[in-house]
Formats: sequence, C-alpha cells, structure tokens
Amino acid sequence: MSAVPSDRVATMTGEGLTGQRLAYRRSRIWIEKAIEIALLSAALVSVFVTIGIVYVLVSESVAFFRHVPILQFLTDTQWTPLFDDAHFGIMVLLSGTLTSSAVALAIAIPLGTIIAIYLSEFAPFKVREIAKPFLELLGGVPTIVYGYFALLFVTPLLQRVYPDLPGFNLLSAGLVMGIMIIPYVSSISEDAMRAVPMALREGSYAMGATRYQTATRVVVPAAFSGIASAYILGISRAVGETMILAVAAGMQPNLTFNPLEPAATITAYIVQVALGDLPHGSIGYQTIFAAGLTLMVLTLTFNILGHVLRRRFRETY
Amino acid sequence: MDAQTQDLAKIRAIIAQHKRWDAIFGIIGVLALMVGVLTFAALFADMAMQGLGRLDWNFFTAFPSRKPAQAGILSAWVGSVLVMTVTAFFAVPLGVAAGVYLEEYASKNWVTDVIEINITNLAGVPSIVYGLLALGLFVYQFGFGQSILSAGLTLALLILPVVIVATREAIRGIPQSIREGSYALGATQWQTVRDHIVPYSSAGILTGIIIGMARAIGETAPIITIGALTFIAFLPPSPVSAEFPFLNFEWLTSPFTVMPIQMFNWTSRPEAAFHVNAAAAGFVLVVMTLAMNGLAIWLRYRLRKNIKW
Repeated sequence: MSAVPSDRVATMTGEGLTGQRLAYRRSRIWIEKAIEIALLSAALVSVFVTIGIVYVLVSESVAFFRHVPILQFLTDTQWTPLFDDAHFGIMVLLSGTLTSSAVALAIAIPLGTIIAIYLSEFAPFKVREIAKPFLELLGGVPTIVYGYFALLFVTPLLQRVYPDLPGFNLLSAGLVMGIMIIPYVSSISEDAMRAVPMALREGSYAMGATRYQTATRVVVPAAFSGIASAYILGISRAVGETMILAVAAGMQPNLTFNPLEPAATITAYIVQVALGDLPHGSIGYQTIFAAGLTLMVLTLTFNILGHVLRRRFRETY
Repeated sequence: MDAQTQDLAKIRAIIAQHKRWDAIFGIIGVLALMVGVLTFAALFADMAMQGLGRLDWNFFTAFPSRKPAQAGILSAWVGSVLVMTVTAFFAVPLGVAAGVYLEEYASKNWVTDVIEINITNLAGVPSIVYGLLALGLFVYQFGFGQSILSAGLTLALLILPVVIVATREAIRGIPQSIREGSYALGATQWQTVRDHIVPYSSAGILTGIIIGMARAIGETAPIITIGALTFIAFLPPSPVSAEFPFLNFEWLTSPFTVMPIQMFNWTSRPEAAFHVNAAAAGFVLVVMTLAMNGLAIWLRYRLRKNIKW
C-alpha cells in the first residue's frame, strides 16, 4: 500500500470514489462517441470523393454541352476542338480507346486465364510461391516506364518485322498494356479458382478425369463469376490506361480501328490538353471533362455488365 | 486379336491422349508465365543498358537542362519526396480510420452499405479521372493552384481504397477473443482499438501503406492533369528553416515536378540523348517501386509465417 500516493488513498473511501468514477465514466462515454463520429467521417470521405467526381465531371460537361449538342458530340466524325473550325466527335477518341483496349485484352485475357489455371491447378507449390509475388511486381511497375518500353523497345522490335509501322501506333501500346494487365486478370481469376471446393475436383478425378479436364470443365465453370470480375477489371484498366498510350500511340486524333495506325485515346487527349495551357472555363478546358465523363460512363457500363454477369453465373456451395 | 484387347488398347490410347493434354497444358502454362518474365527482364535490361551510364552523383544533384548530358533529376526527386509526404499525411490516418470504423464500429445499415460499395467502385475508377476531380476541385474551386498540396491530396484520394482494404483485411485476422479479453478487463471500445486492434494489425496495415505509396510514386496521369509543369529548374522553399518556428509550409503551394513527369518529358522529346536520361530516370523509378513492393511482399510473407493466434 505504501506505493499508493496519499491523496489517492483518501479518495478510495466513501462517496468521493463513486462520484469520481461516475464523472470519469461520463467523460469516457462522450469521448467514445466523439471518436466514433471522427472515424465515421473518415469513412465518409470516400463517399464525398465519389460525389466530388460526379459533380466536377457533370457540371463542367453541362457547360460543354451548352455549346455542343450531344447529338453532334456522339455522331461527328472529326475531333478538332482547338481549331477555328471546331469539331467535337467523341467517336474519334473512342475508336482509339477501343482499338488499343482490344489489342490489350487479346493478350491479357488468354494469357491471364492460362496463368491462373496453371497456378491454381497445375503448378507445384514452389513455382506458385515464386510466380505470385513476381506477377505482383509486374503489376507494380509505373505505367510511364511501360510507355517508355513500348515506344523505344517494342515499336522498334515490331518495325523489324513490319517495316511500314509508324513510330507511334496502337499495336505496341496495346501489346505492352496487355502485359501490364495480365497480373490483374490472373490474380483475381486464380483466387476465384482456388475458392472452388476441393470436393468438386475430387469428384471429377474420381470419375477418371485428368487435371486438364477437371480444370476446364469443372473448376473454370464453377469459378466463372469470379473470373468474369477479373475480366471486367482488366477491361476497366485498359480503357482507363493513360501514360502508355500518351507516350507510344501518339496524340493525333484519328478515327480508325486499325491497330497499325497512330491514334489518340480519350485519356491521351486529356493529357495533351493538360500539358498545354488552356484558360480555365474555355471550351477547350471543358472538353476534357466531357471526355472524362465519357470515360466514366464507359467504365461504369462495363462494371454494371460485370455485376450482371456475376449474378447470372454465381455458384454457391 | 479379340474384341476385349482391342477395347483395352483403345481405352489406353484415349488415356494416353488425355495425359498428353495434361502435359501440353503444363508447358503452355509455363510459357504464358515466361511471357511475363521475359517482358519484365527485357524492360529491366533495356532500362539498365540505356540508363546506367547516366546514373552518377551528378544526375541526382543537377536540375533538368536543355543539354541532355548535364540534365539531372534533382527537382524531380525532391518534388516526389514532398508530394509523397503530403500523400502519406492524408492517406494514412484517413485510410486507417475508415478501415477501423468499417471493421470495428459500423453497424449493418444502409450508410455502411453505401460506404462499402463506394470504396469498391473507387478502386476501379481510372486514375486520370482523379486528376480531373483535382483539377476542378482542388486547383480551381479550393484555389490550391497547381501545387504540391493539390498533387499530394490527389494521390492521397487515389490510394485511399488500397489503405482501407489493407487495414480491413489486417483487422479481420484478429480473433474475437482478443476483443473480449480487453472488454472483460473494463476497456472501452476505443481503448480496445487503440491498445490492441491497431497495434496487432500494424504490420498488415503497413504492407498496404507501402503498396499504396509505391503506386502513388509512379502515378503520372493525375499529376499531369492538374497541370504540373514539366520544366522546373528550382527547388520548392525548404520545409526546415534556421529561425523560429523552424518549420514553414510555403513549399505546399510551390510549383513542382515529380520523377514520372520528368521521365515523361524526356521520353516525349525527339532527341535520342534525352531518351537516355529517360531510361536512367525510369531505372531509378523501377528500382524504387520494386524495392517498395518487394518490402511489402516480404512483410506479408513474414507475417503469414509468424503469427499464430
């Protein structure tokens, strides 16, 4: 008892103790409430970010569509917003975005799926332990570095095979973008496949199926809803990718679906305008928000599609 | 040969064929992996071969210049460090607090649902859209201008979902008995969170923070969108000063450049000499992000091995 200070010994008797405890408790309750509200506000920041994105994109786009009718925006076949004879045909930028994404997905989806099946069903433990972190590293390389690689390594390489290929083209940008997206597709697909219960595989093996048959006819269909999410994420990445295209595909608007040509994408156009010095509030400034809104609508469409697919093919065990 | 042995031979042939398919797919899988490995090897080797010659002390202490051989990344790496400081300052407390709220406090109601759906969706928003948000909101509406503060805030919002998800996953790994033990000793909810939940999940949270920062450091598009200049041959005002109060915050409003923007600038010039600089800057960038991601992976591996509740 000797270690307890004398003033505290005094309060440990009689009413003083209860009163103090109650006061302490009351203050604690208030502090607890205040902390919970502070934590809730931190969580609400994400909601405000979404509201902010929608607000900024829509308000600037509304100003833009006051100058340019939506019909013209959707159907015009030229994109020359900064010329005297201004045309605002988003199709031109959209064609670049879709073409480069198609090239990227033609690489990322097959390779990503094969890697996921291999790692989940075939690979020995050691290979998986090394390959997974490696793929993660591949996904962590900054996109500007991939852009440099596409422009100054892949394009010259392709030009040896096909000498007429221009220095800027959608093909090499799309190819590198595809490699960049592989880790996103493979890691989510693999997680989905590994979540398929062992009993299904065992059932399949018991019927005499080989690994390959089990993987393609039992595991992949069972995990399809997860694999679909992986594909959707891959598509979103491809559509929203910026630096690889801004560096390697050129910034010249070009209505084409030929990957061998240079073309600007929606994202590359935003970068191009941002690099210049457009005055705040000008029509040129507003175009990038209209372009951004188009991009958001595009990714949102794919996300909703993915949601529907997931619902449709969900298997529960 | 009678019918039975003939059937047996047929079945054997089918089995052999299917087994061959197994082997073939195993090879295809390894080849697919090799595409990734070889691309990465080519990328790394190309950067190293082109850029290593330019990597000397001078490269880190010189400003960008019109003469490629004298140009350096001083303003770029200083800018990156300052922007990352702002990003971490906002993203870490906000992300951890949001993660703690969602795991420990949130009740199952529509507010929680809205927050959760939001975080999932934000993780899929293209990074350039964050740049547009920052341009409209931070640069013009709030009047922060094209400053380190605007860039840091933008990247903080960008990596917020990464930090939140990592925090939640780390907290989810803590068994309920820890909380019950704490409550049984009379601790309040906040005391439990502060003294038990957050400390025990700190390694997992740290992993998420490192991955988020590695992403932020290489992010180019949103920072270009807010209009960061590409030719900056000066440093922002120093955050530390000799007189009282020793710290000043003028640097927050200063124009700046960062490593990926400097690299983009050099890459998009036609002269090959600048491409060498771009390769050198890219090499530094790749090594930096690899080191950070590697650290995160290693941390996670250690964590998985050591903690047995």
